[in-house]
Amino acid sequence: MTPGGLFARLVAALGGLGGLRRNRERRQAELHQILPPGKRQFDAVRSEEQGRGREAAPPPELDETGDPRAELYVALLLIAAAVAFVGFVVFYVVSEDTQLLGLSIGIGLVLAGVAAALAGKRVVIQEKTTDEYVAYGDREERREVANHLVEGKVGVTRRKLLFSSLAAVGAALGAAAVVPIASLGPRVGEKVYETPWSAGKRVVDERGEPIALDTLSPGEFITGFPAGESKEEIGSALMIVRLETDELELPADRADSAPGGYVAYSKICTHAGCAVSLFRYPTFDETQPGPALVCPCHYSTFNPADGGKVLFGPAGRPLPQLPLRAGADGSLEAAGGFYEPIGPSYGGIREDPGAKPL
Amino acid sequence: MIRRTVAALDQRLGAAHPLKRTLRYVFPDHWTFMLGEIAMYCFVVLVATGIFLTFWYVPSDAKLQYTGSYVPLQGTSMTESFASVMHISFDVPAGLLVRQTHHWAADVFIVAIVLHLVRILLTGAYRKPRELNYWLGVTMLGLAILEGFLGYSLVDDLLSGMGLAIAYAVAMSVPFLGGQLAFLVWNGEFPGSSSLWPRLEILHVFLIPMAIATLLALHLAQIVRQHHTQFPEEGSERVVRGTPAWPGYTFRSLGLFLIVAGVLFLLGGLVQINPIWEWGPYEPYLSTNGAQPDWYVGWLIGALRLMPPLEVVIGDYTVVPNPFWGGALFPAVVFGLLYAWPPLARRLRLDDHREHNLLDRPRDNPKRTALIVAFLVWVFAIFAAGATDRFYFRSFISYEGQVWFFRAFALLVPFLAYFVTKRVCKELRAREEHPLRGWRGTVIERNDQLGFEPARKDSA
Repeated sequence: MTPGGLFARLVAALGGLGGLRRNRERRQAELHQILPPGKRQFDAVRSEEQGRGREAAPPPELDETGDPRAELYVALLLIAAAVAFVGFVVFYVVSEDTQLLGLSIGIGLVLAGVAAALAGKRVVIQEKTTDEYVAYGDREERREVANHLVEGKVGVTRRKLLFSSLAAVGAALGAAAVVPIASLGPRVGEKVYETPWSAGKRVVDERGEPIALDTLSPGEFITGFPAGESKEEIGSALMIVRLETDELELPADRADSAPGGYVAYSKICTHAGCAVSLFRYPTFDETQPGPALVCPCHYSTFNPADGGKVLFGPAGRPLPQLPLRAGADGSLEAAGGFYEPIGPSYGGIREDPGAKPL
Repeated sequence: MIRRTVAALDQRLGAAHPLKRTLRYVFPDHWTFMLGEIAMYCFVVLVATGIFLTFWYVPSDAKLQYTGSYVPLQGTSMTESFASVMHISFDVPAGLLVRQTHHWAADVFIVAIVLHLVRILLTGAYRKPRELNYWLGVTMLGLAILEGFLGYSLVDDLLSGMGLAIAYAVAMSVPFLGGQLAFLVWNGEFPGSSSLWPRLEILHVFLIPMAIATLLALHLAQIVRQHHTQFPEEGSERVVRGTPAWPGYTFRSLGLFLIVAGVLFLLGGLVQINPIWEWGPYEPYLSTNGAQPDWYVGWLIGALRLMPPLEVVIGDYTVVPNPFWGGALFPAVVFGLLYAWPPLARRLRLDDHREHNLLDRPRDNPKRTALIVAFLVWVFAIFAAGATDRFYFRSFISYEGQVWFFRAFALLVPFLAYFVTKRVCKELRAREEHPLRGWRGTVIERNDQLGFEPARKDSA
């Protein structure tokens, strides 16, 4: 819209408004002549009150003095809203800019909303009316309904037999209706325990390259995967960290599981299944806590030096460790399966850290 | 024109009588009565923007290489779900505006429902005869939270994947049944099979919205049938007094709808929310620090984080895995208390068995108000604990120290809140300096016959 056109429209609208205002004043003057003051006040609720024989309610108030200034504001707001909506269309065609689109349609809606609210508060007739709360519940009718329901068994002789049969069919139908829910997924079972890891399985990084023993310095970590297997199974991903060998406090039966200080843990938190992707490594031993693997979802904190024991947070089980060894070419490979079941706990998961590799 | 339309409708449908009732329907006035209305209008915006998004969203975990116009992710392997939302965000005109407005509307929707619920509880609006409507409302709150969670799960970005992983673990943690329950929903082990995505989508775009819409219709129908409650300054137990639907209230409510929609579009256009391109696609082996869900899941994150590492184990069998406490038991207790509240309050002699159309001011029932505030503060303390990691980055107060603080805080602060609230209510009631509270007595004077009669206006 050109500025000139806009101006012309504004002038026209204001002119029209002036006419409306004069018109309204005239109408009100007429109204005051026709109706005596008392009658005028009750007019708004008269139709509702008629023929309902209700108790006296507080008299309704009716404010019918016009507010030409408010009418002008409403019209201006509506015109401004229209401009904003036109702006939305223009911006949509020429720029598709999210900010401009949101700004134009948002401002348009808010202006139109303020106009409507102002019209509701200041332009249209202001009145307070009343109605009655209905107390529901009719003793007589309740009795009739109950009687009517009871009549259903009139003339039925073998009531007990029929009711038992009905109960039987109800229960059976319920069971038949519920059973297909089992089709929604496979049975849980040993499936949860299976992982792609077994003795001799090569460890590779995210790009599929083998991880040599000099890849990491102590205090560094890398995400490892089983060579040639899916990375997306929750049994796959490993959090591999390298610690100084004298930092390790592994249980005696896991002494051989950390070649060169490399220890590997399942990357899936035993608490809620998020990826344990944070590695805390102290740079100043005196004031900082020791190395830890931390899950960013609920901050379960595991000790990588001590078989993944829980240091802090909600996890109820250690992070499952995978024994490593150096393969023939000097890169990392699994020396067996995980020491414990991986993934979040569930009923039936075994709590046996000392068990043989699965 | 108007007369002819009314006549035509009335002759065919008998519409004049119901129309008359509708136009003269009385709305009592108080600013807190807007909260439920705001929630309803957010729902309207959600449906409108949601329909637009549904035309673009693809519920599929099939992998593809991203080729859209967001350069940093070009060539990245991602699911069709994520790619379709990237497409909406970058390549559909006005797509990002609609997507962000949809997300903002969901957040404001649940804010409005919760504030509405707090208002209903504190003023005793749930009392007889309105318990059924209260229960409908609590159910809608639960559905809205589930709906919101499903909504941001559908995107399949890094945050939604982390959220789904937690949801899977919580499902797994249900004693005895959990493993099978999770396998039925996800159709197998996490991250689930391809059928998961159409399941989430049909729940999010059809089943739950239809359930909410149905309950909303019943909610409104019951309000119309029973009339709105009101504060004693306006009406009485028998008479409801307020603005009629036409013309005053219609324009004001229309104005509220437009303003709510306008603010949501302003937020959607100007304030970034859930920038999925910064998180990137999800893989089970990826996660990020500082992950925060939408606010209405914060109370569950807080509960999961606060819970000490307790699992009930009998022999080899883990009866209660840890996520059960915070992820399943805690919300079950919160919603259980909300559902049980109307009969519970009667049982505790905080409410009576009579019908109530007038609202209490919170101070009018100090014990009930104090109990409700204690409950709300308890949930809020746990909600706040969900933000401890963010607070750690701002304050460098140790994360572990904060968790220990919140564990104690969440247990103790409800008691403190109870006594403080009760005291404040009693003080306020004793002073009776409330601007809304008019004096409602009658001045009497002795008459000639040695009796009493109401004082005449001029002598009062």
